[in-house]
Amino acid sequence: MKNFSGLLMNSALDPAGFWFPDQASQNAELVDDVYFFIYWVSVISFVIIVALMIVFVRKYKRNKPDHMPPKQSDHNTVLEVGWSIPVGIVGVILFYFGAIGYIDAKTPPSDAYVINVRGYKWAWEFSYPNGATSTDLFLPANTPVKLVLSSDDVIHSFFVPAFRLKQDVVPGRYTEFYFKTKEPGTHHMFCTEYCGTQHSVMGTRVAVDPDTNEPMMNEETGEPQLQNLVHVLPLDEFNEKLKGLGNPCEGLEASECGKVLYQSKACVGCHSVDGSKIVGPTFKGLWGSDRKFADGTSAKADENYIRNSVLNPKGQVVAGYNPVMPTYQGKLSDDDIKAIIAYMKTLK
Amino acid sequence: MSAPAVQVGHADYLKHAKGILSWLYTLDHKRIGVMYMLVTSASLLLGGVFALMVRAELFTAGPTIMEHDTYNRMFTLHGAVMVFLFIIPSIPAALGNFVLPIQLGVKDVAFPRLNLASFYIWVLGALFLVWSMYDSAIDTGWTFYTPYSSDNANAVSAAAMGVFVLGFSSIFTGINFIATINKMRPKGMSFFKMPLLLWALYATSLIQVLATPVLAITLLLLTLERVMGLGIFNPALGGDPVLFQHFFWFYSHPAVYIMVLPGMGVISELIATFSRKRVFGYSFIAFSSMAIAFLGFLVWGHHMFTSGQSKTASIVFSALTFTVAIPSAIKVFNWLATMKGGAIWLTTPMIYALSFIWLFSIGGLTGMFLGTLNVDVHLHDTYFVVAHFHYVMVGGTLMALFGGMYYWWPKMFGRMPNEKLGRLSALFTFIGFNVTFFPQFILGSRGMPRRYYSYLPEFQELHQISTVGAFILGLGILLAFAGVLISLKNGKRAPANPWGANSLEWYCSSPPPHENFKVQPEATDPYDFSGWKWDKRTEGYVRKASEA
Repeated sequence: MKNFSGLLMNSALDPAGFWFPDQASQNAELVDDVYFFIYWVSVISFVIIVALMIVFVRKYKRNKPDHMPPKQSDHNTVLEVGWSIPVGIVGVILFYFGAIGYIDAKTPPSDAYVINVRGYKWAWEFSYPNGATSTDLFLPANTPVKLVLSSDDVIHSFFVPAFRLKQDVVPGRYTEFYFKTKEPGTHHMFCTEYCGTQHSVMGTRVAVDPDTNEPMMNEETGEPQLQNLVHVLPLDEFNEKLKGLGNPCEGLEASECGKVLYQSKACVGCHSVDGSKIVGPTFKGLWGSDRKFADGTSAKADENYIRNSVLNPKGQVVAGYNPVMPTYQGKLSDDDIKAIIAYMKTLK
Repeated sequence: MSAPAVQVGHADYLKHAKGILSWLYTLDHKRIGVMYMLVTSASLLLGGVFALMVRAELFTAGPTIMEHDTYNRMFTLHGAVMVFLFIIPSIPAALGNFVLPIQLGVKDVAFPRLNLASFYIWVLGALFLVWSMYDSAIDTGWTFYTPYSSDNANAVSAAAMGVFVLGFSSIFTGINFIATINKMRPKGMSFFKMPLLLWALYATSLIQVLATPVLAITLLLLTLERVMGLGIFNPALGGDPVLFQHFFWFYSHPAVYIMVLPGMGVISELIATFSRKRVFGYSFIAFSSMAIAFLGFLVWGHHMFTSGQSKTASIVFSALTFTVAIPSAIKVFNWLATMKGGAIWLTTPMIYALSFIWLFSIGGLTGMFLGTLNVDVHLHDTYFVVAHFHYVMVGGTLMALFGGMYYWWPKMFGRMPNEKLGRLSALFTFIGFNVTFFPQFILGSRGMPRRYYSYLPEFQELHQISTVGAFILGLGILLAFAGVLISLKNGKRAPANPWGANSLEWYCSSPPPHENFKVQPEATDPYDFSGWKWDKRTEGYVRKASEA
């Protein structure tokens, strides 16, 4: 199978690079082999169908309106059953290899490295065996990894094209899949189950320069540099990274810690710090301001207001905004909230 | 068996009665068919506008012409309008209503009042659906997946109610067609002497009658959950959101065959008539329609390979899915074999039929990628899927509809459609369609997810090609309508049988008289074209003198 498609691939114009992103998991190799087998079956079948169509249209053209073709056989049971047979055989082959690959991705070895994935509107949180969490996914290279996924709100779907894998993330249950990473590299990840306003940028954040607090720009396109990545790291770098993630606020002042949390807990997806309106109100100038709510009441933005808004976001919704923020109950500790308040105070 | 004589009526059905009320109260299947054609065409244009909005927004990677929430509403409206208001009713309710009774040589369908009722129920359902979707700003996609849709429960209940009412229209039409075909076939027309369009409509009607009630059950459960707080789909109440997907696809997958089977029936008629040759492997084509209708009920789980359903379920659904490939392939092979050795007349309906084979082949072949489990896990919910189902459903239904529209237009309105505009429209729709959707296979393979308002810059080039294609396709659709509408003003008068076809609708004048036939004619082999010769004076085919 592999040799067969490999041969065809080499003999043609390297379609792999055209149709696919990198192969970054053992599963990607399996998928691509089956994909290109189907691809060539399709190309050959399609060429035959179209060629016959063209030949028949030219060869059996109606010369004059009264042109009546000679009487000929209008059925041939052997032929008609006969051409179903190759279709059936291809079907059996595809079913078999597809199912093998599918079962493989659902059957992790017992020593697989386990990472929990939590999806919520609109970010991902990855948590590692040492308790560390991150919003980008970090993976050790050349290692079997099992992802266990859960959702806080609606159905999301976790998709990494370079791994050729996706799995829906369903509230109220755990789903999982397994793959073996390959060499170090950086890949994209997406949400592929429609989940509302920010679906297309779920977990995506504009990368911010830690020194200047300015958004980083892509030098080629001039667009803001987006950060929503899977990093496959060499084992030692990976362990080093986990240590750093384990305690992101170590040695930082409260306001600096708040800034780290603002990014890593995905506040940044909906709340700007430069005064612009995204999904939620900006943090700039929020502290101490008068908040007017959708129900006509108002309040001053103090510690209790911030804490309530984080833990019970649908309680007091600022006029002009939709009640879409999920609760951060269990995601942010009281210390975390204090740090975020300290950060807000710096955003005048 | 002697061929029936061509019957010429006096007052054609268009002039039979005058005034708007004579249309609104009509029980004539032909007028009801024309009214369906009007409203489904309007739905196509409406859904097309939403499609162009979506494609225009996707012209650049970031925001282009609208906000993300507006975009999410646009693709929801596009999907719902196209599926429920255009694709499902277009061929059966518009062309089917017009052609089916005449092909049987009868005056009307079995239950003419039910037929008119189904039209008004359709109008009611359509208005309610569009109004409620617009009013509630629903943004769930046409699939209404819970629990995302649970946040907007009023909107979903309203939309589901609209779809449910439309479903009744579908059921009524289905019952009507089944009864008519079972009980009113003319002398000499056994089931295996029916035109293949009737087989396709029969299979479609069975699906409509059997699958649509599942929608009603789903709606009832949604309502129970909302009103009584029973946890059925919403995990917050202890329900299972994946259950909703099972219900949804148990209806919507068979509905895919409601969309494409009538198209296949039209194509069988066109290929035979324009090859002037008996259709090859008649009984295999007829049985394949029934096989598709049956197998269509067994494969809904292939929409859910990544949903978290059990491994076993996914494996079984994958195996069943490949069985659908066989009847679909049989049809394509048999159409090609029909053309072989024929006398092919490459006129507008036939060009649309050939486009259909091209597009449906791509749609069918790419279905193999998605039926294969591990490949589907990569491609699911990407643009590959978007491209695949547009090739099947639009390539299938739209091409067959336009082919059928140009084929039966002379019968419907007594005027020959404009051939130049017709060919031009076929060219534009064909090129526009491929330019729009082929790049989406590449996008999807590379990992571009569907229902995305913004996307990575590396996908932009292919999206721009796709957007340009969509506008070419839009132009093609407008040209197709122009080509038929212009004929009403100055088109050549149509003869009774402009194409030399031999099914019974070509035995009455164009347009047909109010009662179609004074006496029910005796049927002959619908694919024996040898009894017709070209008549220069009327530019149509007439019965050979010896038999007339």
